[in-house]
Amino acid sequence: MTDRYDVILVGAGHNGLVCAAYLAKAGRKVLVLDASDSPGGAAATREFAPGYSVSSCAQWLHQLHPRVCRDLELERHGLAWAARDIASISLDAGGQHLELLGASVEGPGVSAEDQQAYRTFHGRTARYVKLLARVFESRPPRLVESNLADRITLLKLGLGLKLLGRDDMSDLMRIVLTNMYDLMEEHFDSPQLKALLSFNSVLGSSMGPRTPNTVFGYLYQRLGEAFGHTGVSQVKGGMGALGEALAASARARGVTLRLGSRVASIDMFNGRAGGVTLASGEQLGAAVVVSNADPVTTFEQLVGYRNMETGMARRVSHVRCSGAAAKLHLALDGLPGFTGLDKAQLGQRLVIAPDMNYIERAFNAVKYGEYSASPAMDISIPTLHDPTGAPAGGHVLSAIVQFAPAEPAGGWEAASAPGGETHRQHFTRLVLDQLERYAPGIREQVVASQLLTPSDLEREYGMKGGHWHHGELALDQVLMMRPFPGASQYASGLDGLYLCGAGAHPGGGVMGLAGSNAAREIIRRGAAA
Amino acid sequence: MKANSDETMMLRTPFHSRVAAACELNDWGTWKGYTTPRSYTDVELEYFAIRSTTGVFDLSPMNKYRITGPDAEAYLNRMVTRDVSKIRVGRVGYTVWCNDAGQVMDDGTIFHLGENDYRLCAFARAVDWMHWSALGFDVQIVDESDEVAALAVQGPTSCATLLAMGLTGLEELKPFGLASFPFEGETLTVSRTGFTGDLGYELWIVPDKAELLWDRLFAAGKPHIIKPFGSDALDLARIEAGFLQAGVDFVPAESAVRNGRSRSPYELGLEWLVDMDKPVFNGRKALQRERAEGSRYRFAMLDVDGNKPAQHSFILKDGKKVGTVTSAAWCPTAKSNVAFAQLEMPHGAVGEKLVAEIYYQRELQWTRVLAPCTVIAAPVFNPPRRRAVPPGQF
Repeated sequence: MTDRYDVILVGAGHNGLVCAAYLAKAGRKVLVLDASDSPGGAAATREFAPGYSVSSCAQWLHQLHPRVCRDLELERHGLAWAARDIASISLDAGGQHLELLGASVEGPGVSAEDQQAYRTFHGRTARYVKLLARVFESRPPRLVESNLADRITLLKLGLGLKLLGRDDMSDLMRIVLTNMYDLMEEHFDSPQLKALLSFNSVLGSSMGPRTPNTVFGYLYQRLGEAFGHTGVSQVKGGMGALGEALAASARARGVTLRLGSRVASIDMFNGRAGGVTLASGEQLGAAVVVSNADPVTTFEQLVGYRNMETGMARRVSHVRCSGAAAKLHLALDGLPGFTGLDKAQLGQRLVIAPDMNYIERAFNAVKYGEYSASPAMDISIPTLHDPTGAPAGGHVLSAIVQFAPAEPAGGWEAASAPGGETHRQHFTRLVLDQLERYAPGIREQVVASQLLTPSDLEREYGMKGGHWHHGELALDQVLMMRPFPGASQYASGLDGLYLCGAGAHPGGGVMGLAGSNAAREIIRRGAAA
Repeated sequence: MKANSDETMMLRTPFHSRVAAACELNDWGTWKGYTTPRSYTDVELEYFAIRSTTGVFDLSPMNKYRITGPDAEAYLNRMVTRDVSKIRVGRVGYTVWCNDAGQVMDDGTIFHLGENDYRLCAFARAVDWMHWSALGFDVQIVDESDEVAALAVQGPTSCATLLAMGLTGLEELKPFGLASFPFEGETLTVSRTGFTGDLGYELWIVPDKAELLWDRLFAAGKPHIIKPFGSDALDLARIEAGFLQAGVDFVPAESAVRNGRSRSPYELGLEWLVDMDKPVFNGRKALQRERAEGSRYRFAMLDVDGNKPAQHSFILKDGKKVGTVTSAAWCPTAKSNVAFAQLEMPHGAVGEKLVAEIYYQRELQWTRVLAPCTVIAAPVFNPPRRRAVPPGQF
């Protein structure tokens, strides 16, 4: 142990870098370690075919917290926008598309009643989102042994609920535990509108529109609005550029960043985390270890169940983190033509989810370890706003594809799909079949393709189950129950070990709150951390 | 089921035919679903068999878990409070285990049968907890409660009885030692353990050979005045010897419904079983905190004036209630009136004078006595023969 650090941070994901930067700003000597050769974790840009690169995991930026952006001077450190205020367009094979941005919804299939109903719905839910945002901007309160700060947070939550007014409050209480399907049926007629909002609620989750908790998922997904975003945004240079900006900001504040350094274990000394051992065998010591890895990876693999008490090991083993979202990247030799979309529209967020049952059926498959025959998709053509991602004339299509299991029976490479294809080939073909319905001829434009299954995402980004949120975002796994009871407020339940990733409060999505809240908590605890 | 049918939903131990034949009083109790005698003939006579000759107790319903595999020691060490690495092969160790809150789930004995091979005997069912605890360990856990029949053979002539049965060399077995003997093509495992505080052994055998073992034992023990005893006599003996009974003197933590009703090892006077030098074990963090912040309760053994057992009594200090009695008995051999009490801190230091508020009735007349009592340091019964190797001839 040559260098002794105040804090060793495992994982240079966006939350890890945010946490590191804040800690360094507060005067801590911080070392960040990551297995990858580039910073940012799931905020990554990778070349997937010669000359073609893409935001290979997270696709849109729409929840980055303005305080984080400002405090860490991310724009000064290189963060630039390729496009902002991107609308969502629900595709229709016949060209009758629906376009949604903020409180407005347009399209030939949308009645004036639906437009009015959506405005009302949007306004009301925006108030709920604002309330959630306020709770998410600080550490989660504890219900027992709460101190003054916790009581104030609870009070704020209670007061916030109260201030919503009687009608809103009872409406929120009524809907928050329900599912999107019923809520949508209650409010709207347009199948496309209902499906688009439902799809937003299950992005990155292993849930269908009829799954309880999806209303919460919907509100969570809209948090960006409370942080000042409209629609989604695209980062110049891909999400990897955000990772680079965060790394630059962290370095400027004195953080030491060591990439290509895989942490093999978090080491416990007499019941307290006191350092890490790298895959190379090198050992590094620190007063505090912070894990940006997901809770299951942190506790099961890095710490090891045998280094914690039974109840805790058991709670970790029960964290639900089966990812069900895949990514498909297509290298195209030209701009694809989607029926009925002009070029400006092509640059928006394109969604394939024509009706709620379509999503539900797509979700059914994954419940049984299969992939959807007709998957739902969230599509981006980033090269329209930022041509650096493809050779001249070429384009990239990036799609979040739902749903896919971590491993289908026999594994993705098993040649047991119809026609003797591997599951990977077969699923890619099914996705292309769907795209072909909306963008006839796209298949001929494909130069290369890459399918990242949840297992690939797990391997590539170290996320258990390939789950974006490092653990399902459901009401039993949020606030003081995130990642599991007994490990909240960023303390892990093990002395000297903290969590700062999506698995901690408030959850996933590139917003930086888990990282900044964790840093604040560690600083607050001072020498007792 | 027909009325007056011989059939019952209660389970029967492998010794049942012999137990039932000896159980003159038909005074049956229930123990983990098994029908077991509270008394056979007369509680006092059964008790005196334990203290003066040989008493035999059927402890087959005891939960027995077999733990094997390369991580067996590490696994147990994480689960229980004491240092399992100090229990050598061929030895038995008494221990408790806690949940994450540092509250005692149960007490029991760990038998180190061989390399990476342990048996845990427990009062409470623990198979779920044991499997949860196995996360991250390479161990196999088998519930062998029904595959091992067991008899406790306790009392001054127990060694002589077992020697007469042919267990040659048994006299050399040290307390908490293990030995095995061939028995009718099977292995009879003998441990020098028990719950009476006397010289005594426990015999472990496959259920098939249980009845034969009983018959041989009683034939060999006849000249040594052997007698079966039930749970009432056992209770008397264990109180005299200062042994806690799970479910009586503490509520197993995972079955406690009400907040605050469970107890830590420190609160049960079992701190000698907690090895804080182990970096990780269940309850360690909470127990560390308790050590720093202080315990809520203290276990105390009381010597109560008079001869009225202080069963269920309140314990008073200057007229104010400071605790309650969990077990109490007039102990015939030690000739003292003993009570186990849970006292609120800071009460219970050795030598402290308290008052037991005892209620008793004679011919329907209830009487209340306020019996002075004193906190004592050690159990009232602890004879040298319990530890002597070889035990003397009685």
